Amino acid sequence: MSEQSLVQAVDHLALLPAYLAAGTAVLVLLVDLVLARPVATVVTATSGAVATAVGAAAVGSGAQRRTFCVGSDCSYVFGGRAALVAALVALLVLGVLALSGPLLRAGNTPVGEFCFLLTCSMTGGVVLGAAGDLITLIVAVEVLTLPLYVLVGLRRGSLASAEAAVTFFVVSVVATALTLLGAALLYAVTGGLHLERLGTLLADEALLDLPLTTVAVTLVVAGLAFKVAAVPFHAWAPATYDGAPLPVAAYLSTASKLGGVIALLAVVQHALPPEVTGPVLALVAALTMTVGNLVALRQRRTVRLLAWSSVAQAGYILAPLGALALAADADARTAAFAAALAYAVFFVLLELAAFAGVVALRPAGADGGRLDELRGAARRHPWVGAGLAFALIGLAGLPPGLAGLFAKVTVVRSLLGGGAGWLALVVAVNAVIGLAYYLRFAALLYSSTGDVTPPVVRPARAVAVALAVATVVALVVGFAPQIVLDLAAS
Amino acid sequence: MSVGDFLLVAVLAVPALGALAVAAIPRDRAARLVGTLAAALTLVAAVALVAGRDQGWTTYAATASAVRPWHSIDLPWVPGLDLRFHLGVDGISWPLVVLTALLTLLCCGYSLWRVPGGGDGRALVALLLVVEVGILGTFLALDLVLFFLFFEVVLLPMYAIIVGWGGDGTDPASLDARRRAGRKFALYTLFGSVLLLVGVYVVVAAAGTADIMVLTGGSELSRTTQLAAFTLLAFAFAVKSPLWPLHSWLPDAHTQAPTVGSVLLAGVLLKMGTYGLIRVAVGVAPEGARWAAPVLGVLAVAAILVGSLVCLAQTELKRLIAYSSVGHMGFVLLGVATLTATGIQAALIGNVAHGVITGLLFFLAGAIKDRTHTGALSELSGLRETAPRLSGLLAFAAVASLGLPGLAGFWGEAFAVVAAVEAGGALWTTLAVLAAIGGALTAAYLLRLLRRVTHGQPTPAVAALSPGLAGAELVAWTPLVLLALAVGLAPTLVLGVAEAPVEALVGVLR
Repeated sequence: MSEQSLVQAVDHLALLPAYLAAGTAVLVLLVDLVLARPVATVVTATSGAVATAVGAAAVGSGAQRRTFCVGSDCSYVFGGRAALVAALVALLVLGVLALSGPLLRAGNTPVGEFCFLLTCSMTGGVVLGAAGDLITLIVAVEVLTLPLYVLVGLRRGSLASAEAAVTFFVVSVVATALTLLGAALLYAVTGGLHLERLGTLLADEALLDLPLTTVAVTLVVAGLAFKVAAVPFHAWAPATYDGAPLPVAAYLSTASKLGGVIALLAVVQHALPPEVTGPVLALVAALTMTVGNLVALRQRRTVRLLAWSSVAQAGYILAPLGALALAADADARTAAFAAALAYAVFFVLLELAAFAGVVALRPAGADGGRLDELRGAARRHPWVGAGLAFALIGLAGLPPGLAGLFAKVTVVRSLLGGGAGWLALVVAVNAVIGLAYYLRFAALLYSSTGDVTPPVVRPARAVAVALAVATVVALVVGFAPQIVLDLAAS
Repeated sequence: MSVGDFLLVAVLAVPALGALAVAAIPRDRAARLVGTLAAALTLVAAVALVAGRDQGWTTYAATASAVRPWHSIDLPWVPGLDLRFHLGVDGISWPLVVLTALLTLLCCGYSLWRVPGGGDGRALVALLLVVEVGILGTFLALDLVLFFLFFEVVLLPMYAIIVGWGGDGTDPASLDARRRAGRKFALYTLFGSVLLLVGVYVVVAAAGTADIMVLTGGSELSRTTQLAAFTLLAFAFAVKSPLWPLHSWLPDAHTQAPTVGSVLLAGVLLKMGTYGLIRVAVGVAPEGARWAAPVLGVLAVAAILVGSLVCLAQTELKRLIAYSSVGHMGFVLLGVATLTATGIQAALIGNVAHGVITGLLFFLAGAIKDRTHTGALSELSGLRETAPRLSGLLAFAAVASLGLPGLAGFWGEAFAVVAAVEAGGALWTTLAVLAAIGGALTAAYLLRLLRRVTHGQPTPAVAALSPGLAGAELVAWTPLVLLALAVGLAPTLVLGVAEAPVEALVGVLR
């Protein structure tokens, strides 16, 4: 055995985005402590998020960087995909900060804590994409999620918030425990924790046939499926989203969901055997989209509708992975992962826009309320209403929401390319069910209010800007979806 | 870029930019004028596409493809999804392109004069133009994925037109009725287009290309793939066309839609289905088409018979015309199902004739309903007494629709039956006989319609009518009347340009 140096050279450049994100969190805490001015805190968080996004893009534009290596296995691999995830999470944090304007101004929420927790969570998201072993991965997911328990319940004096936080906390802790147990069992079976090493080791037939391996793989996948809110591990999501303040719900359904997806992608792509995970994920995806869509049909509350729809969308994201077991060659598998990631990118963009629209059309600091309360909103606020309707139509996957249409096309294409025609049909039928409620929501925005005079709402400027930016980006990637496809494939 | 290529882009770009301009102009009337102007320019560009086709013919004759566009343009768009911006026009698509541009212009012009339901006329014209872009794009696309894309573009604007401007009144019941009709239309047709999406990628995944010019003839695909692809595609187009028993969205949508919406729906939207069947489903999966032809033929004849019988029992004017579409499209689909040159030619001319005549019928029905505020046949008798011109036009359109020789409706129906007889065999002969009986039933219900509406004693609603027609109405209807005559007397207007491409298509079917 060759002698290994115990002193490692750490590639600090690879870690730069993580440093920036963590530094932002610390700085926000200090600024809040020293200056105690809400504006300064928010500005610090905002510029930190921008710096993180720029840093991630700059580092990611170069070659892949690996650090914390043992032999050829590295715990931190910052390549194109990691950069995409890090930049996306930072931008989503930026968007959520913009959405929080009315909430923070309403005064029920402590600004310093809010910004600190949000930027902490961002740190987790930035590290997540680069995680090269199971422990880093799980820790990153937890760093992403942990601040959210508090954020969900941060509104003072709101019972719904507290309930939501407890639900979320309990479910999430159980999920993490499951994943950790799975990781431990995998270590027991293989003696490895690095994703790529696990992949090589598990390619061995003898190991695959062990019942323990099956249990370990199931536990890891199930634990992460909780984070994505995939059926049957979805029940926490609607209650939590509805109880959380609107911007936090937006973060839960975008950045947090993206985190879960990335974690799942990482373990499925590198570590776990596709023959085992493929069929399971296909089933989970089909169930998730069908249940999500069917239940969403009956929702009368705005955020619950969005929550169930985002459960359904998780199904579309996971669908390409369902073709894994059938995909013959490595190329088809890579295409499936790229399709899942591309769909996730299109989705978080449109979902953020949808939440921005809802926040803009609701009174400052209010929750999502009932759908009826948004009746005729687009007649009173044509631009904001149009933005929200555009996002909803995009989520339904129809023109003029070309971004959503291409997302749907990407998934169907990868499924048929991978030979999973039945799942493509399930996706297709679900798109029809989905349209029923997205269309109801969008049409409601334009219907007349009748005799009821709705409360006067002035959309906050920051929220309107966030909505405008998200809409413009959605329009751009709608006409040039190749940008997203290339980024996702890198 | 040659003139032809430029025109090809202009046909899509002008209405698209027109829609944006209409949306951007704050003054209602000026905006509607701009929209109408854009529609007029589109028609000019669409008609001009026919120029220089001979030169195009020799250029492309060298290629082995069965689709030889007069002009084509092929640019990369999304390589990751096999999507290219590939447009082309040939004798199969050109008549439909012109028909679409014409009907949209007439609808926009009509909206200058009257905005249904007192709604926002600006938004209506913008939506009409967007619908036009979608339909024209579908007819022009030579890339399967692009075809699907344009196929979907039509869906929501049409939904908005039905829900926003349709119906009879503002009371909650009629509001509910049109919302239901709109939702049914949207969900049904989306169901069709998602199947199209799956079908398209079944083909693309197997063949590795989405180019219709390469794919036509099906030489790239195995028999199993062709059967699967044809089944999916045929389902998709059967919803759109619509083919019995997938037609149930149509009567509601047509009845609830405003006049201009019904005209576009019946006139050209349904043709996306039949055109798709000919160009995409039959062209790309001929083996599948041969396999499914008997089923398609039986369903088409069932549509003819069911449509006619239901029409005989209808008591509402617009609903009757809507159901008559089911029967007429049955003849078109029967023509396609024979897979012979005669049959496909019959389908093409039947498409155009139905677009012209049913467009006219819906305009007239709209005019009658606007004047009398009722569509019930029992309340409309005696129209001849008080509004002779309106009643005369209705009689003309109804007679054209029932397929009187010398008018446009004749060729499509007659030749569909002839093609079925020519196809031979017990099945096709039976189908031909049944379709002919359906033709007789068509005559029966249209004559019943005329008897109930034009003859008899004027009802109170009809007695109050004044005999005159508005100038805008005359302007909107005259082109359709003339076209119904012209296509009837000189079917070569359509068949002349379509002959060569149909021969080429049938050539690869054997």
